[in-house]
Amino acid sequence: MLATSPAFKQNVKGALADASLQKALAFTRPSFAGKRTAAVAALPEFEQLRDVGRDIKNHVLANLDFYLETWSANVEKSGGIVHWCSTADDARAAVLAICQKAGAKTVTKGKSMISEELAINDHLEKHGIEPVETDLGEYILQLRKEPPSHIIAPAFHLNREDWEESFRASHTDLPEDRVFGERRDILTEARKKLREKFLAADVGITGANFLIAETGSSVIVTNEGNGDLTQTLPRVHIVLASIEKVIPTLEDACTFLRLLARSATGQDMSVYTTFSTGARRPADLDGPEEYHVVLIDNGRTGMIGTEFQEMLRCIRCAACMNHCPVYFTVGGHSYGWVYPGPMGSVLTPALIGVDKAGHLPNASTFCGKCESVCPVKIPLPKLMRHWREREFERHLAPQGMRSNLAIWAWFAKRPQLYRMATGLAARLLSWLGRGKGRVASLPFAAGWTAGRDLPTPEGETFFARYARAQREGKL
Amino acid sequence: MSQPAPPPSRRPRVALFVTCLVDLHRPTVGFAAIRLLEQAGCQVEVPRAQTCCGQPAYNAGDRATARDLAASILDAFSGYDYIVAPSGSCAGMISHHFSGLFDNDPQQRTRAEALQAKTFELIAFLTDVIKITTVPAVYQGTATYHDSCSGLRELGLKSQPRALLASVSGLALKEMVEPETCCGFGGTFCVKYPDISTRMVSDKTRDIAATGADTLLAGDLGCLLNMAGRLKREGSPIKVRHIAEVLAGMTNDTPPIGEARG
Ligand code: SF4
Repeated sequence: MLATSPAFKQNVKGALADASLQKALAFTRPSFAGKRTAAVAALPEFEQLRDVGRDIKNHVLANLDFYLETWSANVEKSGGIVHWCSTADDARAAVLAICQKAGAKTVTKGKSMISEELAINDHLEKHGIEPVETDLGEYILQLRKEPPSHIIAPAFHLNREDWEESFRASHTDLPEDRVFGERRDILTEARKKLREKFLAADVGITGANFLIAETGSSVIVTNEGNGDLTQTLPRVHIVLASIEKVIPTLEDACTFLRLLARSATGQDMSVYTTFSTGARRPADLDGPEEYHVVLIDNGRTGMIGTEFQEMLRCIRCAACMNHCPVYFTVGGHSYGWVYPGPMGSVLTPALIGVDKAGHLPNASTFCGKCESVCPVKIPLPKLMRHWREREFERHLAPQGMRSNLAIWAWFAKRPQLYRMATGLAARLLSWLGRGKGRVASLPFAAGWTAGRDLPTPEGETFFARYARAQREGKL
Repeated sequence: MSQPAPPPSRRPRVALFVTCLVDLHRPTVGFAAIRLLEQAGCQVEVPRAQTCCGQPAYNAGDRATARDLAASILDAFSGYDYIVAPSGSCAGMISHHFSGLFDNDPQQRTRAEALQAKTFELIAFLTDVIKITTVPAVYQGTATYHDSCSGLRELGLKSQPRALLASVSGLALKEMVEPETCCGFGGTFCVKYPDISTRMVSDKTRDIAATGADTLLAGDLGCLLNMAGRLKREGSPIKVRHIAEVLAGMTNDTPPIGEARG
């Protein structure tokens, strides 16, 4: 996927001016946070579970080679095949080779963010294979040729009218008098179309929420059931998973399942939680004849051992973006690549380079809400700050900001001179605001005064006033 | 027979960390802090060598400058019982981030750890350490209180300001929806991304106005300047003040933020 992250500021301008996007964001904003709060309140041990989740992930990351090898051996034992891929290119090639070997014409897909990272749909299409997204949100995005704007609710940015419009434009057999009054009407229409595709597909591609080392299983968590049809109906099932998805045991999976849905949608459990272990055995009633896992690194091992390692704990629940005031102001597409919101602001620079994604970790007020809801306690603001440090070291930060900071720091390290400078500034600003207590525009503070007045100082600095009071014996 | 009263313990020596914004912009907040601390029985001193906690550098990724400024604060503030700041953000910087700046310098790290254990935000210090429950202030009006992010999430400041405000005679508190949502200030964020920041603060002022309160209070001057600036731009008559001014009964000393003495 081509990153537009370098154009973050332009993306934001567009997003703020997009009335339909703003409407969708305002509509969904209260619901996620409210549902999570209720779900968490109903589970007294939720806080402890977060610690347990964090610790399991830390343990895995410290022993990643061991757990991946154990998992891989168990996949092979259950009749599956693991394809180890270092890069996105390797992964695309592996998927294509499996599809071509299976003689695939149509491939159904469950929702998977890593598949967006690989831009696998484009790759398959280029080679004459039709990929069909079967998650309702992803399906409409495929019709509209748009990327997801949210990691669990991909069509977060669309209103009901947008759905109707896309269906009418793409489903040419639709009678004109068909009504799309409710969500159910949309579902019915999508279901009808997708059923044909499910039955026609030669290969099904899903992601994985977890890979379980002790059994070699992959786990998907969905609400629509499309993932199950994707992975059981076709002859071949391909799982796309990045390396940090592995966890040790089934018991651990239970811990994460208790955290995941509550953090994501405020459900106790998602509607479907499905474990896949290997290919179909002779006595099985259904299941694919071939079970492949394309295991993807694509830059993640580069994070291990660095200050960004903690980001690899992420279970992609989306709680951080669901609670992010910046995300709800600019929408997911503004972030310009696969992963939006706070988790994207940390992960994207690691995967596509901080030179391209440098805006993302800067576009945060460090309000800390994301960290406070993250089920595996990733210190997202701290990690964003680490990116800013990298940018500062590499002189990627804007020169203007850098020199302002240097001037300020020079004074701040010299209290005497600092007092003189602030004394002057306080008087000058106060004089500018005389009679009003504020100014409406100020050339060197244009960023501030574009959207708000600048309240002006009282006039005398604290230290000047304090010294005066001391001299006058008033203290 | 009644027990003899324990000897009065020495008055705690508190060093006021004024914060650079209060110093430059609103000294009254510093004097309000001094009054509140003295009323609570503290001996207050203001170390002269202080400037800024270093947060602008720290959040800009300039660790070296942040470390230098932190080091001078370690020097200026050694030897006190407590360090108190009328800002959750600056108090949080000292109490949650300073020691991490000295990862490679065990000696300084130890000093930073000692300092951070003694550093408090003003309201939290008054309620949680000195354990005052009331203030003798009067304020006629209906106020709404914004929870600034660092104070709330780093320092756990939530019930304390409300408890003290409840003791101010004449003051009624009316909560806004989402008082915990960031106002969009974020230090240099507000000038680096003014479009986003303006939208965020507009959401905030909408929620503030919806309460019908005539006064907006918070504990961090950065957020207050941001919200006051937006309210004034919108032509709102809502008065904006630092919570310390109200608790110290000093609202006659200075007009609300962004307003002239009238
Ligand atoms: S960073 Fe945390 S909150 Fe955000 S998606 Fe990952 S696990 Fe969820």
